[in-house]
Order: sequence, then structure tokens, then C-alpha cells
Amino acid sequence: MSTSAQEILGVSRREGRRLMDLWWQRMTEAAQTGHPTAYVFVMAPLSELLLTFDFVINAPEITSLQTAIRGQSQAYIQLAEDYGFSPDICGYVKADVGVQLKQGEHPYGRVPKPALVVTNNVCNTYIKWAEFWEHYYGCPVFTFDLPGWRGRESLREGTEAFRETFENDCRYVLGQLRELIELCERVTGKSFDIDRFREHLREANRMAELYHAVCDTNRHVPAPFNAPLEGVTYQGIANLYRGTPEGTRYFELALEEMRERVRLGMAAVPDERFRLVLVGTACYSHFRRFVELFSSWGGVFVHSTYMVFAGGGFLPGFRYDLRRPLESFAEQMVRATYWGWTGAMFYQQEWLDQVVRDWKVDGICFHGVKSCRTTSTGLPDVREWMRVQRNVPGLFIQSDLVDPRLWSDAQIKNRVDAFFEALAAHKAAAGR
Amino acid sequence: MELERIFDDLRALVEDPSFPAVRRWLEANPQGKVVGHFQVFFPEEVAHAAGLLPVKIAGAGGTVQVRQADARIAAFVCSIVRSSLELALSGRLDFLSLMVVPNICDAARNGCGVWVRSFPQMRVETLYHPHNASSAYAVDYLVGEYRRIGRVIEELSGRPITDDALRASIALFNENRRLLREVYRIKRETPWLLSAVESYLLVRSAGLMPREEHNALLRRVLELLPQRPAKKQDRIRVVFEGGFCEQPPLDMLAVIQNACYIVDDDLMIGLRWITEDVPLDGDPWRNLADSYLNRSSYSPVQRDPRKPKAEMLLRRIREAGAEAAIVAAAKMCEPGLEEQVNYSRALDAAGIPHLVMEFEETMTVFEQVGMEVETFAESLLFQFA
Repeated sequence: MSTSAQEILGVSRREGRRLMDLWWQRMTEAAQTGHPTAYVFVMAPLSELLLTFDFVINAPEITSLQTAIRGQSQAYIQLAEDYGFSPDICGYVKADVGVQLKQGEHPYGRVPKPALVVTNNVCNTYIKWAEFWEHYYGCPVFTFDLPGWRGRESLREGTEAFRETFENDCRYVLGQLRELIELCERVTGKSFDIDRFREHLREANRMAELYHAVCDTNRHVPAPFNAPLEGVTYQGIANLYRGTPEGTRYFELALEEMRERVRLGMAAVPDERFRLVLVGTACYSHFRRFVELFSSWGGVFVHSTYMVFAGGGFLPGFRYDLRRPLESFAEQMVRATYWGWTGAMFYQQEWLDQVVRDWKVDGICFHGVKSCRTTSTGLPDVREWMRVQRNVPGLFIQSDLVDPRLWSDAQIKNRVDAFFEALAAHKAAAGR
Repeated sequence: MELERIFDDLRALVEDPSFPAVRRWLEANPQGKVVGHFQVFFPEEVAHAAGLLPVKIAGAGGTVQVRQADARIAAFVCSIVRSSLELALSGRLDFLSLMVVPNICDAARNGCGVWVRSFPQMRVETLYHPHNASSAYAVDYLVGEYRRIGRVIEELSGRPITDDALRASIALFNENRRLLREVYRIKRETPWLLSAVESYLLVRSAGLMPREEHNALLRRVLELLPQRPAKKQDRIRVVFEGGFCEQPPLDMLAVIQNACYIVDDDLMIGLRWITEDVPLDGDPWRNLADSYLNRSSYSPVQRDPRKPKAEMLLRRIREAGAEAAIVAAAKMCEPGLEEQVNYSRALDAAGIPHLVMEFEETMTVFEQVGMEVETFAESLLFQFA
């Protein structure tokens, strides 16, 4: 289906908003009707499987993020702290706890109670978060255990050590998948339909191709989209509509729009001067401000680690083998855990190296957030590695995902401004 | 006198960031290699069976000023992750051939990446213990994961880990765990014979010296303890919870024990994780994996629905005959702080008095802790009088 240029420009934003509204409508209806809802996380979402059982899917990281976008996260966080949660605990957890303590009341609608929680260890805080729901609602919690990145040597593909580790991990993940299917059958009273599962896998395969194609459009100079801005919508849809025709259609439109923007030479940031990578997440309580601090200098984020680890685990070459759906699902989960989820956070310099080269990057912003030790712990070290080993300038700033109390505007602005001044000198010295 | 001298020596060992017992072992075994393992649990038998010395890396307490590590790790990360790295960056762990970081939390796993980048000459591995501990597939998986680490160790040592060698190491560590259980029995039944600081030193030192030496030391201490001229005092009996990873300063434990008997705790729980003998017959790899999952304690960093943590804490309190609990968490420790909420609400529901506190391994001032604990203890003495 082709669309005229006039119609296509802005379609990813409009369609993204429509799909997000539709998701909230389904969530709110589920809260009213008691339709079974599964809580899952953006890393290892398992949507293809859960949709087979007709669960409504709640992604609490997204609902927490949205409390901040609406400027209401602090009130929810405060409720959780009054309940007993420390100021040093993840803000996503606390914003969600606040929502649950208010019987699901959320600025965008109503969050239904969980019929099932599928947590995992890609972020260990997911497990503690799920234990809160377990205690609060008494709901079943399935902990999907995904062994991840092990070190420099152990996961070197093509070696005997890799083969043995990968096969052991896949057997474990496949076994758990079968246990989860049994649990889903008990919770919903429905039998597992492998043909429906296969259809969701087919849609996910297509979505993964399109997701990468969209990311690839940003190799163009000027970049057609800003990774934390449009990218967060892409990630949201990739998670909430993974494995569905609606999700696939969304990325077809997004790709069409980005290609049109490239054809027309339209830049996400007018007068693009600096091409950046964001390592970590944005600050959602000051989302526009965060992006503006960079775009006011002509800085555009052409990519982010966030688009990798929170983008559904779609690695380059991601493809389910539909002839052996369960086995292939387990294998892709293991690969995504190695490289898309844990490796992209703990050992990201190899990925950064490639993106700096292929996306023509001038500098890297490392944003550490107090809420997330998973993404943030080693960022100063990676920054230093990229500076010393690859001569790529990096900025390290700290705030939070959703807690506005941790945003210090003047301090962050000073650091960003100083970074751009140094970056301009670095580019000039390099003759670029 | 002999006991006091032993405890003085152990304190000196625990507070010496140069790892003197490891260096002595290396002098005696010039070709020997050392495996460092971060908190919480590591199957030390696997390293021992290959002739390597396993050493617990559990932070530096207040003994080292963190300088270089602060430049590599974000600000809101717990002290144990940064001080352990500082030990290595400052050359104090130059004897390590392999460092293993279990997947206990987000900071530790991410910190593993920092170790990999920082020490290209050292092998660094993350060890993934199962978080789906009740899965029927967890034991098989863990056998594979232990064998994987075993292969890395075999490469380092240059010799295969035979089943017989592994069984012999399991027997040695079984003896160590049995002796430590005896230490804890004394602590529960006659806490006036063994202070919290002393029992802590006995446990912590297990990870800092060869187990053969440690077993001999424990046997001697257990001989001497019943002869100690100590009298029971009128103190409340508490369980201390929150020492599974970062360790509270010894002086903080001393302040607490001035007001209470700590009759049980989770301090250095990884060295006491397995609660029964690991079987010696059959496949030793499987026996180790099975024991990790099915003959074991609990902690906030292991998910096992068969061992709900609040229920486990209540059981620990009940079995120790404790009247109250101190529910602590290390500063910036996400799992510990989250579990604190769960523990606190469960204790409230069970009507068990408890004191909630935070600590950091580098703390040097304890007046406030002392005041809080004394006030807590006195209020309970009145209540139970």
C-alpha cells in the first residue's frame, strides 16, 4: 500500500499515539471486566506466547514512564516511599507501586490487576518488583530465568565453549517455556495453540526486520529521527504490539515515513551539527528538556543502547524458525539475552564501536540514572574506554528515569554545554 | 587467652586488604593459582579440586580509600561493588587468575563488565545461578553451568577435575560447613560464650584462607569455647538480617552486641549457603548443583518460590528463639532495600518487634546506631519484663 508524501509525514507519531490510546483502552476495559492481564517487562516480553492465550499485556515500565511524561510521577513515588520503599530504590518500581496502591488509577487510564506475572532476571529488579505484586495480590509469578552475558571469552561464537554454553542455556529456557505454557493453560483455562503461536512469531519476524530498517534510516546525514524522541515510541510499539499485525503495520508506516524524510532531506534536528549516541535512557520527568539540551546545539541522537535493550531484543538477523517454533523461540531468547539485553548494557563498547563507525557518530552521551543500576553502573568506565581506545568524546551525566527530584537543570546544562564546546573543537581538530 | 589471641589474629586478617593468608599460600605453592569470587555463593569445591585457592572478595570495608573505582562506576552504586574493584585496581588482587561474579544483582553483573575491561590479563566470568529455582530444569542447567566454570578452571590449572578429586573437596567443605553450623548452634544456645563479632570473624575468615587451615582453626575454637568463663546476661535476643552481601562494619556489630545477643544472622550467608552435607556418592557435579538449590538457605538475591523470604526470616527468628529482629540493608543495595519492605511488613503482621536500619561498609561513626539499638533493646526489656 503506498501513501502520498503528504499523508506519510508525521504518520509514525499519529499512529503511535493511536495505538498507545488503544492499548490503554484495552487495559482499562480489562480492569473493568476482569479480562486476564499478564504483567511482563520490556526486556524478554514473551508477547508471542502470552497473546496466544489472549492475555491483555501490561508493561509496567511503560506505565511508570508515562506517569513521568504526564508530570505526575513524584506523587506516585511518594506513595511508595510512604509505604516503606527507600528513596534509593528504582523509580519505575515506586511509580508502579504508587499506581497499584491507588487501585490502578493512572493518568492514561486504569491498570488492571495481574492474573499472571512473568518476570525475568535480565534486570534483577524485575524479580523484586514482581515479588511486590505477588505479596500484594497473591497472583502467580513465573520467573523466566535467562542466563546472560558471561564474559569476554565464554560467549565467543564458533568455539566449543560457546556451543556447550548455548545448548545448556537453550535446554533450560525451552524447559521453562514448557512450564510457562502449562501455567498459562491453568490461569486461562485455554489450551496452547501452536499454530496461533506460529502466527505471532511470523509477525514478530516481520516486525524485527522493519525495526532494523527504521533504525538504519538514521545512518543518513541528516538523521530523519531523534533516537530518544521518536525512538521511545518505536520501542513502546515494539513491546506492546510485538507479534501482531497492528505492530507490523505500524513499522511499515514508520519505515515509509523515515525513507520519505531521507528522500526529502528532512532532519530530525534542523541544522544538524553533531551526531550522537545515547547510552542509557532519557529522563522522562524532563523528557523534552533532556532532548532540547542537545538539539539546541544541533545535536541529534542517531541511535541509543535503549533502542537495543528495550526494543524487544531484536538483534540483527533475528528470525524465528517457524518449523520449530518453541525451540527457535528459546534460542532467540537466549541470543537476545546474551547480546541484546545483558551484553548491550554490561559490555557495550563493541556495539558502540560499530555504531560510531556506521552511523557517523561524533560523540556519546552516557546518561546514568539512579533508578537503574542495570543500565548505569559501568557507564563512566565505558566512556573512558571509548575515549582512550577509540578517541570518541563522551559526556557522562546523571539524573533519573522518572524521579524529578533527581534532575538538576543548571548542573546538567553546564555539563552538556561544556561537552559541545569540546566536541566542536574535537571535530575541528579532526577536520570534520 | 588462646581464644582471645585467635580472635585478634582473625580480626587482623579480615581487616588486612593485602590478603596475607593468600600470599602465604602462594609462597608455599609458587605455581598455585587463585580464584576470586564475589558475593554471594560460589561452589568453591570446583576450584579446590583443581588445586586452586578460592578466595572470597567481599569488599574492603573501611580499609581502603576508594579512588580509582569511583571514576569507573556510577555514583549511586553500593560500596561493596566499588571497593572490591578498588582492591583490584590498586594491585591488591594481583594474585587473581580468575574472578567470578555471580549474577546476584544488577550492579554486580554490570560491574563484571568493568572488571573485564579493566583487567585484560585476568579471566573474568559471570556465573549464572538459577533464579527459577523451582523449575524442574534448574538442576540440569546448573550442572552445565558448574561444568562450564569447571572447564575454565581446568584451563587455568592445566589439570582435569576428576570426580574423585571433586568428592574429596566436597568432603573437606562439608566438614567446614558442619563446623560452622556448630558455631551457630553455640551462638543460638549460649550466645554469651561467643559474641557476634567473634562468630562473624570465624565465618568471614573461611573465605580468606585455605579450608584445611580453617577447619583446624574451627576445631580448636570449638574445643576452647565451652571452657570460656562467661556468664549469661539479661539481654534481648535478636536476629540480624541484611548482611548477605555488603558487610556491616565490625564496630557496628560490636555496638549492636553491646545491647543485644545476636543469636542468628545472614552475615556472609554464601559461605554457609548449603545447610546440609553435600552427598558424596553419585555425580559430584550434580550433587553440588542439587545442594545449591535444595539444601540451602535463602537471600534477597535468589528467587525461589519454595522459600518465601519473609516466611524464612520468621522461621529463622523462631528457630533461634529470638524475640526481635534487626532488619538492615546496605546503602544503595536495591535487592536489600526492596526486601526490607517485605520483611518489615511481615514482622509487623506477626507482631515481632524489629528495628529497620541502613548501613555502609565504610561507616566510621556509630553513635546513632548505638542509640537506636539501645533504645530499641530497652523498650523490649521493659515489654518482656
